[in-house]
Amino acid sequence: MKIAVCIKQVPATTEVKINPATNTLIREGIPNEVNPFDLYAIEEALRIKERLGSGTVVALSMGPPQAADALREAIAMGVDEAVLLSDRAFAGADTLATAYTLAKAIEKIGEVSLVLCGKQAVDGDTAQVGPEIAENLGWPHVTYIRKINEIGPSEIVVERMTDDGYERLAVSLPALFTVVKEINVPRLPGIKGQLRAKKAEIPVWTAADLEVDPGRIGLTGSPTQVRKIFYPQHETTAEMIEGSPAEQAAALLEKLRGLGVA
Amino acid sequence: MEYFLTEEQKMIKELAARIADERIKPVAAELDEKEEFPWEIMKVLAEADLCGVYIPQEYGGLGGGVFEQVLVVEELSRACSGVAVSYAATGLGAFPILMFGTEEQKKRYLPDIAAGKRLAAFALTEANAGSDAGAIETTAVRDGDYYILNGTKQWITNGGEAEIYPVIAMTDRSKGPRGATAFIVEKGTPGFSFGKKEKKMGIRASATRELIFTDCRIPKENVLGREGMGFIVAMKTLDRTRPGIGAQAIGIAQGALDVAVKYARERHQFGVPISSFQAIQHMLADMATQLEAARALVYATARMIDAGVKEFSKEAAMAKLFASDMAMKVTIDAVQILGGYGYMRDYPVEKMMRDAKITQIYEGTNQIQRNVIALELIKEYAGRK
Ligand SMILES: Cc1cc2nc3c(=O)[nH]c(=O)nc-3n(C[C@H](O)[C@H](O)[C@H](O)COP(=O)(O)OP(=O)(O)OC[C@H]3O[C@@H](n4cnc5c(N)ncnc54)[C@H](O)[C@@H]3O)c2cc1C
Repeated sequence: MKIAVCIKQVPATTEVKINPATNTLIREGIPNEVNPFDLYAIEEALRIKERLGSGTVVALSMGPPQAADALREAIAMGVDEAVLLSDRAFAGADTLATAYTLAKAIEKIGEVSLVLCGKQAVDGDTAQVGPEIAENLGWPHVTYIRKINEIGPSEIVVERMTDDGYERLAVSLPALFTVVKEINVPRLPGIKGQLRAKKAEIPVWTAADLEVDPGRIGLTGSPTQVRKIFYPQHETTAEMIEGSPAEQAAALLEKLRGLGVA
Repeated sequence: MEYFLTEEQKMIKELAARIADERIKPVAAELDEKEEFPWEIMKVLAEADLCGVYIPQEYGGLGGGVFEQVLVVEELSRACSGVAVSYAATGLGAFPILMFGTEEQKKRYLPDIAAGKRLAAFALTEANAGSDAGAIETTAVRDGDYYILNGTKQWITNGGEAEIYPVIAMTDRSKGPRGATAFIVEKGTPGFSFGKKEKKMGIRASATRELIFTDCRIPKENVLGREGMGFIVAMKTLDRTRPGIGAQAIGIAQGALDVAVKYARERHQFGVPISSFQAIQHMLADMATQLEAARALVYATARMIDAGVKEFSKEAAMAKLFASDMAMKVTIDAVQILGGYGYMRDYPVEKMMRDAKITQIYEGTNQIQRNVIALELIKEYAGRK
């Protein structure tokens, strides 16, 4: 089975800062890392391969040339091959254009029967790219996978996490899944893997290599316009009620009635 | 201090540090409390390729030496030296095979050890033979193509968990120190069983057990080196692994210093952080200085061994002695800096103090290290005109 894992390089920080003038992420001076959720996808792909005893895992990423570092980490963890999609024409892509580009790359890789993605990227937090890739490919997809139960030649049984439990789904292949962190504990890249990653040659595919529709990539192919990015303000105030327990209860009840709550 | 590690050594150190911080620190107190063998962490170390850092590439290792092992042991010990010694004791079991094994024996055991598939242990000590290793009572009697082992080894690190055991037994008591022989015994061999697991003061994640041999038949192919070389195998092995005990000690001390400095900056008394008291500052300064001196000695010794120098008993003993005494002192001071909090199990320093103590005892007590150093000194000076 050939498995593709889509990974993204993100700023290595839990506090993403936004430039209010341009509405874009401030990336200067912040080290990069593999999107943490994608590590679960890489790990699961490797486990599927190990479970089946054969197969190929290909990691791919769209990004600037330094995104190759993220792919090297995937190689260090044990993926067989990595491909970087990098071209000035890809820059400024929203989720729609990104998903289209990644889908074209998956088609070019060929014979992929399963695509795994992290549930979302920690910088943009949209959780859209995975499902949109599946739509581009015309494949079924399931999000929030927490377990892969059975792997057949043409079907996979998975558990999808929901707010109040999980759903068990049988999905025909080829398919795309996005995974949650409950699915596994990602392995650390071993020394031999790191040495291999250091030497690995990572092919770079450009827009020309992918034979994409120029109108559907990069900024041109991105209908999303960010008007404003802001943190929603949750204002809470507290008022202390004094008096005996009975007085406090009475005062509280009156307040709640006044607010129309009780 | 800058120790000019190679790129690969840096990689090894960083990965070991990451495992220590992410995988060991969060469970160290629990492993200590439950006295549980850290199998899960052993698996992580195996996947990370760290089990074979000191094993040649032709046997599946990374081709490093004592120094690479020292780097790993130090980092792991920062988080939990109970885990670190479980890792290091496999080295103690592997070095005799590396140094004295036949090609056949190396091929049979080293790749699994390097891959972390099987752990090893080393068995010399007995109830009546500690510092006086020559007093061992376990016997091996030749019977055709076999040796028959009888006796009990005591306090064997990784006992019961490991699969590969170099064991020292007497083959000919009349020959004295030349009457011992080293054998590789595999777990599962009929007549080989395990006694009780010890309850210890520290390094409680590690397993310490008796090995019991009752008419245990070992094929002669499993002799390490030659008959009569048992004590040479043991002494040469310990020379090579003692810097590893030094590494354990510097790791523990580094862990304790890290906690102590952080705490001193945060804890306020008399309206100021306790780090503003000169009494605390000087304690921290001494801790850091002694620690760095020990690290420099341990690293230099390990590098000297890896460079192929023939005689290094003295330096190996010095590294073990100095670093372990330092770790004891530094951890006691760390507890002192944390005051009553340091005495509580809610903070890691009391465990570090308990863990540090063993480094002054095993692989030769520090009294024995001083004997070794003094003996070498006197020999050296006797050789001068
Ligand atoms: C947790 C743990 C793990 C161990 N793991 C292993 C293992 O994996 N394999 C193994 O073979 N052994 C192992 N040992 C044994 C360890 O190496 C011995 O405990 C050590 O060598 C000391 O022997 P002893 O405890 O019998 O002390 P003793 O030899 O009885 O010493 C008692 C005291 O007398 C002093 N003393 C003894 N002789 C002299 C002398 N000539 N001059 C001055 N002072 C002297 C000692 O320094 C010590 O202070 C382990 C021990 C422990 C506690």
